[in-house]
Amino acid sequence: MTAARSLLAVEDLGADGIERILDLADHMAEVNRRPNPKVPALRGKTVCSVFFEDSTRTRLSFETAARRLSADTMTFAVSQSSLSKGESLRDTIETIAAMGVDAFVVRHKSSGAPRMIDAWTHASVINAGDGWHAHPTQALLDAYTVRTSLGRAGGLEGLRMAIVGDVKHSRVARSTVAAMRMLGVHVTVVAPRTLLPPDVGEAFADAVTDRLDDVIGDIDVLYLLRMQQERMNEALVPSLREYTTRFGLTSERAAALAPQTLIMHPGPMNRGVEIAVDPAELPGAVITQQVTNGIAVRMAVLFDLLGTAGAGATSATATQDVLTEGGSQ
Amino acid sequence: MAADNPAASTKQVLGPDDVRRAVTRMAHEIIERNRGVDGVVVVGIAHGGVWLAQQIGAEVERIVASSDEPGAPVLVGSVDASLYRDDIGLRPMSPSAVSDLPGDIDGATVVLVDDVLYTGRTVRAALDAVADYGRPRAVQLAVLVDRGHRELPIRPDFVGKNLPTSGDESVTANADGVVIS
Repeated sequence: MTAARSLLAVEDLGADGIERILDLADHMAEVNRRPNPKVPALRGKTVCSVFFEDSTRTRLSFETAARRLSADTMTFAVSQSSLSKGESLRDTIETIAAMGVDAFVVRHKSSGAPRMIDAWTHASVINAGDGWHAHPTQALLDAYTVRTSLGRAGGLEGLRMAIVGDVKHSRVARSTVAAMRMLGVHVTVVAPRTLLPPDVGEAFADAVTDRLDDVIGDIDVLYLLRMQQERMNEALVPSLREYTTRFGLTSERAAALAPQTLIMHPGPMNRGVEIAVDPAELPGAVITQQVTNGIAVRMAVLFDLLGTAGAGATSATATQDVLTEGGSQ
Repeated sequence: MAADNPAASTKQVLGPDDVRRAVTRMAHEIIERNRGVDGVVVVGIAHGGVWLAQQIGAEVERIVASSDEPGAPVLVGSVDASLYRDDIGLRPMSPSAVSDLPGDIDGATVVLVDDVLYTGRTVRAALDAVADYGRPRAVQLAVLVDRGHRELPIRPDFVGKNLPTSGDESVTANADGVVIS
């Protein structure tokens, strides 16, 4: 039941579902290229972003996506401290749902929070990042960026990707690695041992190494993760300089890349740490395309959840106490 | 969607030669109505109208090239109306080809092309889609088959064949012919 109504993890979509979203994203990208990038597809729908954790780019990307489909948007921004657990979260969601919301876009520092919210509401729930668990729309926009940048409309089968950095604490890594592997990409995780998740193995990635230089000449995609300052305080990495020396994209490593290799980063970048060269000078860098594509992919996700049969038609009437205009079409 | 027993109830109403003749006749009518092809853009509605728009465009170009005063090549494109439909959320949606309108349509004469005209709702959506790209001087409608049962005040300008049908029949049209089932 939740499969068609909400997007909680990219694994729920399966390879076919991912391809369906990426095909839809082609249509949305065409809308975004127009002088007036707006279509009436989701008129009358309301999308509410509920961010229990700071994020500007993801929230703006979702809200732009919703508006370009003519949906109405609401924002519920909370600081991490005020409302974070148990009954108060449930009360918050039920209160907003009672205003007639068709979809919640949720970010939360706790893994699994979107799934709980999904159980409390009849509206669609889109996970915009939960704890170390998942960030499915990032994975979809990454797959879409590889597909469009390498002209792989037929599929990503057989490509090779290295993902470098703090895989352990990264929901982006989990979701992007899972999506890429579902699409047939060979994924190598490159990280210091202290930053590998405990479950890393064949189920997680195709290969694991702590030597970036061993793989750098033989990949189609180099995916750099954000190196968070907190990890230094936890003594998981000796120093940022040491990290850059072993795992950063330096000018020497940039020269070792094959010419067509894409360089990707989920942002925000730590210049001088995981990326020690100016990405503007790297022909393969598609970091800004990732941001641009994020809007098209999120439009595709919203339309897939709210604009196809059985999904949006029921959700607006689901809030029991509120008579939503036009909700029962 | 198809009838319960398609083999028994399938009826071919046009063959490939009939389709070719219909395309040629509509191409002549388009040239005649617009007194040439200056500013004419042929736009197929995805996905059923795209092949037909290409054939009509090629035929118009052939006729013009062999005439006394050959002009510029005829622009052909496609428009996907699925994000403009009035039944979004009520039925499954599978997007087809991405919209590809040739050049600037401000001031152009857009000939919208679809294979089968039925309720008119797809054409209504396509009109809205086209309007988002510019303000054509005029929009005309060419269809291979008009099967009746309009639910909106929409009327084709160029028709390959008028085909009375009942609401529970389904009509498929392609270059190989038109089939009722």
